Amino acid sequence: MTAQDTLRVDIWRGGAEGRFESYTVPHETSQTVLDVVTYVQRRLDPTLSYRFSCRVGMCGSCAMTVNGRPRWTCRTHVDRVAEDGRIEIAPLRNFPVVKDLAVDMAVFFDKWRDAGARFQPRDGAASTFANVDPNSPERRAASAAIECIGCGICYAACDVVAWNPDYLGPAALNRVWTLVNDARDADPAAHLAPVAGDAGCHACHSQQSCATHCPNSLSPTASIAGLKRRTLAALLKGQL
Amino acid sequence: MSARFEVWLFAAQRLSALVLAPLVLLHLATIIYAVRGGLSAAEILARTQGSIFWGGMYGLFVVAAAVHGAIGLRVVMREMTPLSLIHI
Repeated sequence: MTAQDTLRVDIWRGGAEGRFESYTVPHETSQTVLDVVTYVQRRLDPTLSYRFSCRVGMCGSCAMTVNGRPRWTCRTHVDRVAEDGRIEIAPLRNFPVVKDLAVDMAVFFDKWRDAGARFQPRDGAASTFANVDPNSPERRAASAAIECIGCGICYAACDVVAWNPDYLGPAALNRVWTLVNDARDADPAAHLAPVAGDAGCHACHSQQSCATHCPNSLSPTASIAGLKRRTLAALLKGQL
Repeated sequence: MSARFEVWLFAAQRLSALVLAPLVLLHLATIIYAVRGGLSAAEILARTQGSIFWGGMYGLFVVAAAVHGAIGLRVVMREMTPLSLIHI
């Protein structure tokens, strides 16, 4: 076998403490990083722990750090990322490591809850459908940010999350932005207070690592900028 | 530190940046002019002393820089040093 027929794959093994172990994996056409991890677990080392589900780029379960960048491994072709036939695969940054490539997502979703990133229905049964103009600026803003599936890649990519443990993170704030713009929510303006301040939108430095790495091409940076504008306006009107 | 206070700090940071942007340019232009013109300290003082304009501009510069720097350093300390453990 020539060098191009195999890949040298370094995979993180262990928890917070651990090391990279090397595996030699056959190189196939159109091979994805998830294919590589699956090969290692099935053929080389059954003790390797990792997560995946849909394997077609719609669930976000397979997110890992590949050669230093957070990616969906099922949507990452080996040929796009391998450097000299080598790939380094590690768990997502900014999450506690459970084992090997599986991380604990609890804090991520706790921050989602703490940000109040949940739709609040109005009291009473609706007597008719909500009339939402799809071309209104608010609906366009919400629609531009709504496709988040909570994969955690933006949270892993964000340096502020790494530096500021209290920071709610791009995904939670992005979701709040969709709710602030949702005409059906019982009180869109009430969503601003939980995301104002140093743990909220004002901690963002607009570095755009989130937008760069989001596999759905969302821009939490833009959503957070919107939250900054709205919270500032609310503050100046005495409504915060 | 309440969230409302932190949003005021953010507003002050943006406002002081707005003030600093033209004043920094003014300052750079003034320095370059003075240095290239070979002005001595005494000559600079002779031209600016007692001037409401220069006093006002540089006074504003100092205030804006003090506000902007202090708030900025707080953020830097929180993000880059263990002092994040103290909620300053």
